[in-house]
Amino acid sequence: MVENRPLTSVLTHVILVLGVIAIALPIWITFVAATHDELRMNQAPLPLWPGSYLWQNLKQTLFGAGLSGSETAPVWLMLLNSLAMAMMISLGKIAISLLSAFAIVYFRFPFRMTCFWMIFITLMLPVEVRILPTFEVVANLGLLNSYWGLSIPLIASATATFMFRQVFLTVPDEMLESARIDGAGPMRFFWDILLPLSRTNIAALFVILFIFGWNQYLWPLLITTDTSMTTIVMSIKQMLEAAEQSPQWNIIMTTALLAMIPPIFVVISMQKLFVQGLTETDK
Amino acid sequence: MAEIHLTDLTKSYGPTEVLHHVEGAIKDGEFIVIVGPSGCGKSTLLRMVAGLESVTSGEIRIGDRRVNELEPSARDIAMVFQNYALYPHMSVRENMAYGLKIRKLAKAEINRRVEEAADILEIGPYLDRKPRQLSGGQRQRVAMGRAIVRDPQVFLFDEPLSNLDAKLRVQMRLEIRKLQQRLGVTSIYVTHDQVEAMTLGDRLMVLNGGYVEQFGTPIELYDRPASVFVAGFIGSPAMNFLPATTGPDGVTLPTGGTIAAPQVQLDSVLLGIRPEHLLPDEAGEITIVVDMVEQLGANSLLHGTLGGTDHAMVASVAGHVSAARGAQYRFSVAPEQLHLFDPKTQKRLDA
Repeated sequence: MVENRPLTSVLTHVILVLGVIAIALPIWITFVAATHDELRMNQAPLPLWPGSYLWQNLKQTLFGAGLSGSETAPVWLMLLNSLAMAMMISLGKIAISLLSAFAIVYFRFPFRMTCFWMIFITLMLPVEVRILPTFEVVANLGLLNSYWGLSIPLIASATATFMFRQVFLTVPDEMLESARIDGAGPMRFFWDILLPLSRTNIAALFVILFIFGWNQYLWPLLITTDTSMTTIVMSIKQMLEAAEQSPQWNIIMTTALLAMIPPIFVVISMQKLFVQGLTETDK
Repeated sequence: MAEIHLTDLTKSYGPTEVLHHVEGAIKDGEFIVIVGPSGCGKSTLLRMVAGLESVTSGEIRIGDRRVNELEPSARDIAMVFQNYALYPHMSVRENMAYGLKIRKLAKAEINRRVEEAADILEIGPYLDRKPRQLSGGQRQRVAMGRAIVRDPQVFLFDEPLSNLDAKLRVQMRLEIRKLQQRLGVTSIYVTHDQVEAMTLGDRLMVLNGGYVEQFGTPIELYDRPASVFVAGFIGSPAMNFLPATTGPDGVTLPTGGTIAAPQVQLDSVLLGIRPEHLLPDEAGEITIVVDMVEQLGANSLLHGTLGGTDHAMVASVAGHVSAARGAQYRFSVAPEQLHLFDPKTQKRLDA
């Protein structure tokens, strides 16, 4: 529908601008708060224009003790923890779901469809639902306060398996037959042909899963007690209630700003593949 | 180079048998075309030879090896698919080299073979392009190049030209034929197009409903079709069929006229006459009442009915004929160009 009436175009722009403000204003305030000192942030009204303390705040947040008067880990370590967790979750999920989708689509084994449906049913069991038994298992395996404990329980993924199944189903049978005549075994076919063909889908999924992993809150909160394993998302919440003092908004907002950077970087760097992966149907 | 022997070959999917006791011996270097309507089992037969379908019973031998249980890659064959099945993420060169790379040939040898095949097929300039940057005809050549570099004992073609436009199809048809003659590799080619089959094959295997109707040279099939099905399938426009009764003077048509014909044992027969064998003849016994005329330029096709009956007839007449609807034409036919079939078994009757 293409209409060209002045009133509608004004209206659409108003709606768009409102939408942009709704999304961008909180981010702007976060940024502004990260550029003032502690004193200014506790005075009303809130500043709307950047101050001159950005570098100082960044230095204190990243490498200093962070929040003064508390014993949290330096933020660079939290960033590293979050990065490790998000990477392990997203790469682990991709690897496992690629392999299980490969098995389900290309191999005829007994109870194949049963396996598929069992994987599918786990969609109904996100980590929040099975949190107690999962905690029990992870604790008994001695994985508390470790990267493995942070990532492994979140790795199994029905959605990704299902998505790769659909992708593999669009690959023509002749591709497999051609590879068989060329003498490629199953793993060779998977590695040389199926993986390159699913490249864009893998990238799209990576973006989604990385952000999923990065934003994990409840699970890391539960299984990490050691401050050196704290992830950045949970630390922001902890900073708010740290020690009996008024919140140091400048430091908290700087941390929040830092927490936003890796997901933004991932989205921007994979934007092109991401769009291709979600829209392209041609194999 | 190898002979192929198919012995009592049967294929079933569950209780349904789709290929029935196929027999055939293919000589070294021969070009065999398997032809038949869709669903006759021709692709299944080819895929069994390739090893992409299992064999229910019977035996396939390539050269002196029984290949029933061998993987496709171990059978020393190469296959060209209808949709080409090129790997879209690999360049033309990589597509052609992939099979050789898996067989762990030396780099220099792979390059030599790819360049050589590219030369033969004139795809040298495209070696570094991706398949999606090529036209249909070029993709077809790459698919053939992939088959050639393997230097196999047998080429298998599964309707390789059906995705091309009519003009390109004729051109590629000739090229495939020339290529096969030049390389001398035993080939099996599947198609549903009888013109393609007639022009390409040294011999044709006509399949119908999973049975081999006839296996012979194109001219044998045209001159002496073994069954009503082959007679109707080979030749364009298709053969006319008329019920007739036999007598001492020949056969009597439904219109009552009698024409000279070879003597057979049966009383009633199915008479087959090719449209191009009907000769205009003022005194002829065969009358066609014209419904419409198709002008093809070099000749004209008269569509109509056998005078006064509802038996459809087609006659092919040289030159331009513009007949009005309802006009009557009289034809005669030479006795040796009549085909007689048993109406019950549908098989050919010989004098």
